[in-house]
Amino acid sequence: MSHLATDVLVVGAGGAGMYAAIAAARNGAEALLVDKSMISRGGATIMAQMTVAAAVGHQEPDHWTHHLADTIEAGRGLCHEELSAILCREAAERIHEMDRWKVGWARKGGRMTQVMAPGHKVPRCVYVDFLNTGPAVAKCLRTQVAQGSGITRVGGLSIIAVIVRDGQAVGAVGLDVETGEPVTIEAKAVVLAAGGLTKLYRRNSASINMGGDGYALALEAGAELIDMEFVQFFPIGHLAPRLVGMDPIMWDPFRYKLGGRLLNGDMQEFIHRYGASDSGKYTAMRDVTSYAIIKEGEAGRASPHGGAWLSFQHIPERELRAAFGPVIDRLLKNGIDLLKEPVEVAPIAHYHMGGVRVDAEMKTRIAGLYSGGEAVGGANGANRLSGNAITEAFVFGERAGRFAGLYAQNRRQAWDARAAAPVLDRMRAVAARETQGRKWTDSPTGRMLAELQTVMWDQVGLLRTGAKLEAGLARIRAMRAELDRLPFPAETPFNLALLDWHDLRASLLVAESVAVAAIARTESRGAHQREDHEEMDPAQTYNQTVELAGGALRLGKAPVVRYPFQLENAVAAE
Amino acid sequence: MSEALNSGSAGKTMTLRIRRGGPGETPRYDTFEVPYQDGTSVLDAVMWIHGHVDPSLAIRYSCVNANACKECMLLVDGKVEYACTARLKAGTMTLDPLDNKELIRDLVTDIVPPKERLRNILAERG
Repeated sequence: MSHLATDVLVVGAGGAGMYAAIAAARNGAEALLVDKSMISRGGATIMAQMTVAAAVGHQEPDHWTHHLADTIEAGRGLCHEELSAILCREAAERIHEMDRWKVGWARKGGRMTQVMAPGHKVPRCVYVDFLNTGPAVAKCLRTQVAQGSGITRVGGLSIIAVIVRDGQAVGAVGLDVETGEPVTIEAKAVVLAAGGLTKLYRRNSASINMGGDGYALALEAGAELIDMEFVQFFPIGHLAPRLVGMDPIMWDPFRYKLGGRLLNGDMQEFIHRYGASDSGKYTAMRDVTSYAIIKEGEAGRASPHGGAWLSFQHIPERELRAAFGPVIDRLLKNGIDLLKEPVEVAPIAHYHMGGVRVDAEMKTRIAGLYSGGEAVGGANGANRLSGNAITEAFVFGERAGRFAGLYAQNRRQAWDARAAAPVLDRMRAVAARETQGRKWTDSPTGRMLAELQTVMWDQVGLLRTGAKLEAGLARIRAMRAELDRLPFPAETPFNLALLDWHDLRASLLVAESVAVAAIARTESRGAHQREDHEEMDPAQTYNQTVELAGGALRLGKAPVVRYPFQLENAVAAE
Repeated sequence: MSEALNSGSAGKTMTLRIRRGGPGETPRYDTFEVPYQDGTSVLDAVMWIHGHVDPSLAIRYSCVNANACKECMLLVDGKVEYACTARLKAGTMTLDPLDNKELIRDLVTDIVPPKERLRNILAERG
């Protein structure tokens, strides 16, 4: 059996995982950074084409307490405010550190350029280059990881379970993607930085790795999840004409920089009908905009492909080119001429507010088990502000790695092969069901994933009812039982189908946790919109937790963590 | 993934010939009829085949059509391309793995930096 040992195992090598590995290493720990894809290629960070929120005060006077106030307002009363405060307070530190690492934040006259984004009261979002911020950030962190001492990185290793012994995380079991063989890893601490769950939805902006397996790892290790009912739908994901080679969520900066007009099928603006002011400002928050687009469609006023129009035709070519020159040409290659025609957009599953429940040190209730990045739940409450996701990757990733590293210092390995045996037995049983040499005409695992995505989209999606959610939950539970009978091929190496099967197992558990939390929240708040409970209910101002108890998911309630603060004077950076 | 592809409402079909097998095997090509619409990418089609027709087909990708991860490079009709930015066209197209990298299986080649490769790490420390 292949076996590795390290101080801190970091699961997931996107922005949060890479920052965690860097922080663990500089706090005296040896880090093993693993990803089922190649290092820094998978995950969400590299796909982020947009901006990063931090109150650095370069563009206009600002203070982190103002960023906090905006974040809490967007979160509709449910932010874990201590985590939100950490996010906003430490954001500037991370932005400056990335600056020293030469990430290349856009500047004008020596000051970082900060742009406006919906929900922020001042221009607060730094960027590298529109449509290139994520890749630049990923590359910068990748370089730091590669140059730093004390970090070993391993691509093509999918973590299947965190191993817990006597209430303490002692390592993990992984699957070697190339050989299909199990690998055991002993570690003094484990950081879950495996991102979100948007791949569970039919329309998504996810990479292949966002099926929620980080949440499943946490649940099965005995940790809790929080706020699982709050899935953010990005309102203006690209819908038509077909666009490839670009992130489907690319339209936001276009919109608020140039004032793209959002129009219904009758070519009329409509956001104002849903209680938000948008025209001329384009700052309506994501939950409201998504809701409005769906409702216009239900009223028979959708664009031809079932979304809304986004039009830039009123903007002179000179202005359009000045703002987004090379991008205009990339769009032309896709057959999209913004000067001549509007595009169609529609909500798309984009981000998960919920996630692993942690304290201010990013620690779960299992000793030695930490989480960072989008995998963490709580900081964004019921709705996340634009720009806070990469910030969260940096700040929570760094903290998770730092505290895990400090925890690992002077601690002995507590690995026990017997604790890993049940997981290894399960993996062997799965591998034994691989089917040799069959001529395939159908993909049972692919079919089940597609069905799960449809169930989640239709029944556990943007507009929910108790009846739809119950039907969705029943189907998800049935699929969990059916999964154990699904055949899949044995062709190796690089048996993607085996990985699909393990991913699906995690996805179904996580999908169920979203559904049970959504059923129990009988109100509409932020990203959780119930058509049978249309109003926000002040009595439900609490967070819901999910845990695994005796193999079944159990819901709990937790009071919202408040962080009393006063707005400090906004100041301009020197 | 392209929803039209998933729902089967794309209308048109074309033919993909895909090189199958590992380094020790005699090369063979499997042929797949693929539904498509204007703008459907080669990656869309390969994902569709893997998810609907033949789960044993292997390809490496992460970011799904955003051209950010740069993992999906292969040969399209003999030319090096990213599967996510190459478009399907009418008729027949042929996909091969990169010919200047070690073949792993089907369309997957070894593009992983040696320092990140599990096999090497295990050999060093295991």
